[in-house]
Amino acid sequence: MSISSVIFLLAFAIAVWWFTRNVGRIRRNILLGRDEQINDRKGERWALMTKVALGQSKMVVKPIAGLLHIMVYAGFVIINIEVLEIIIDGLFGTHRVFSFLGGFYGFLIGSFEVLALLTWLACAIFLIRRFVLRIKRFWMREMTLWPRTDAGLILTFEILLMTAFLLMNAADHTLQRMGVGHYLEAGSFPVSSVLAGWLGFGDFDASTLIGIERTSWWFHIIGILAFLNYLPYSKHFHILLAFPNVWYSKLKPKTEMSAMPRITAEVRSMLDPSLPPPAPPAEPANGMPPEHFGAKDVFDLTWKSLMDAYTCTECGRCTSVCPANLTGKLLSPRKIIMDTRDRLEEVGKVIDVKGKWEDDGKDLFSRISEEELWACTTCNACTQACPVNIDPVEIITGMRRFLVMEQSKPSPSLNAMFTTIENNGAAWAFGPDKRMDWVKE
Amino acid sequence: MSEALKVPTMAEFAATGEVPEVLFWVGCMGSFDDRARKITKAFVRILNKANVKFAVLGQEESCTGDPARRAGNEFLFQMQALQNITVLNGYGVQRIVSACPHCFNTLKNEYPALGGQYEVMHHTQFINALIKEGRIKVEGGSFQGKRITFHDPCYLGRGNGDYEAPREVLLKLDAALVEMKRSKEKGLCCGAGGAQMWKEAEKGDKEVNVERTEEAVGTGAKIIAAGCPFCNTMLTDGVKAVGSEGQVVVKDIAELIAEAGEL
Repeated sequence: MSISSVIFLLAFAIAVWWFTRNVGRIRRNILLGRDEQINDRKGERWALMTKVALGQSKMVVKPIAGLLHIMVYAGFVIINIEVLEIIIDGLFGTHRVFSFLGGFYGFLIGSFEVLALLTWLACAIFLIRRFVLRIKRFWMREMTLWPRTDAGLILTFEILLMTAFLLMNAADHTLQRMGVGHYLEAGSFPVSSVLAGWLGFGDFDASTLIGIERTSWWFHIIGILAFLNYLPYSKHFHILLAFPNVWYSKLKPKTEMSAMPRITAEVRSMLDPSLPPPAPPAEPANGMPPEHFGAKDVFDLTWKSLMDAYTCTECGRCTSVCPANLTGKLLSPRKIIMDTRDRLEEVGKVIDVKGKWEDDGKDLFSRISEEELWACTTCNACTQACPVNIDPVEIITGMRRFLVMEQSKPSPSLNAMFTTIENNGAAWAFGPDKRMDWVKE
Repeated sequence: MSEALKVPTMAEFAATGEVPEVLFWVGCMGSFDDRARKITKAFVRILNKANVKFAVLGQEESCTGDPARRAGNEFLFQMQALQNITVLNGYGVQRIVSACPHCFNTLKNEYPALGGQYEVMHHTQFINALIKEGRIKVEGGSFQGKRITFHDPCYLGRGNGDYEAPREVLLKLDAALVEMKRSKEKGLCCGAGGAQMWKEAEKGDKEVNVERTEEAVGTGAKIIAAGCPFCNTMLTDGVKAVGSEGQVVVKDIAELIAEAGEL
């Protein structure tokens, strides 16, 4: 085995190991959420995943961003076929091992080049939209320094990777035409041949070109491995979680709120004294916090809400259609999701350091204010707009439940509504004897 | 407006041993709010005209619990729900129609988990079915050619996926239906859902109902059609706020149909 194969193998193994470790950590964090069985209507779920995640159906609701995103997405998915060849070449010291495919190989490489160019252009336009045109949803309150940097890094990374890929092909193509060493005629280079012309590669000597080709090759593959390991630290993790997150979507009507069976048992025993009150929930193991009515911390949300949090792409389509946000209120559904994720990361770090969960005196309310929660109209414009079927309303109503049922802290005037429902069975202060008055009027 | 309304109760039906074809769930707002009562009556006139054998619960009706649930009070919601389900199941109710999308959503989607299984329709769906079955005839009347825009209630549209029933009914008026930019899946909330109806809005730079009313008025429509008593109130207030009172009116679809038929 050559020295470069050994270096490649080492880099590859470290990258895969570190990535697997971090994915395992995210999986553990998601499973800190409450259990919820989601395995009904499987056929519908596969169809939905195919349409929404694979088919990007909700992305194109905004046609410009949607189309550009599909260019990057297609580039990302298809060019990864080329990565397979690069890995084999890296491990065995071969060069363009799939070139035996002949004309079809040419077609593949040619397509990759076109896709790489489209990806490059789309990323450049994305950067301009974000940082030059400063489209509003990328500059809202929750888009602090890190989320903005993250987005910039992802786009820059992709541009660099595509540049390296095209430069590599440009040098390779020139070397093929010169008939140098093992650079056999293989592939077709609609983009990089033009690039080679622009850069005047034809006038370079073979050793310089080999240098450019090798450097680009290494930069490209090491870049991909580095990018892979960047995902778990970034909103870019959505490229993986989008698929399961859509599969596990809420299929019930959007405005149907989740049931709370424990409360049903309590209410039934209140209405019918012959029924015993339900047993208190078992003391949780491993020092985990006790079960709450509603959501105080990430442990009280379902694992699906926590997967939502890690899937968020921070695109802000939810916030841009939120009636509360549109009219200047503090609420931003994107912030609710980002706060949930950041809190979950914080909890995960405690568990990493201490080996188990120990109360750190913080919870979701350390990040999300009551003012934000009470501004929601539960209109579900956010869940409709989300390209990966995230449900911020579930978290908002869960936290409201905690405020009301465990802290007796509803938004002030809501107490009057509760009282009149309790006393009159009506949301306004009229007794049942007035229910039919409208007939007589 | 000629004939007196015929509004029998479930108790009266039970006394005669008869079963109505549908229960009309009036809702708190439809029972108590001055504006919403007009919608209730318009819908009853349509039911009377179509000879629908319906009943109401009357004094036995109680809040579905929707606002309590959205405001986080799950205990109160379930107290209301379980008591209502006892009444509904006691009468053997199978079909329910409501002119309130919030009652409709709760009865349809949230009562089954607590033991209440019913076929539930929104009144625009019910009216649409009456028209299709030929039980009522709708002609444009005074609305012919008028510009009407429809404001989707979140709890009927996005919540339960029906954007078409109210529009199909409106088309029967031979009116010029104009859509707002934010309609159907993209419809903008009136600002009242999620228990907002019972509280002041949080601090902001605008009221949601004004934002929405500006958009509705901007279509040039003289009639804003609604399908929810909450939306109706919010948009009526909005029309005043944007200074279009007297030029633009907010009407429920039931009112438009009743007026067109001179009921």
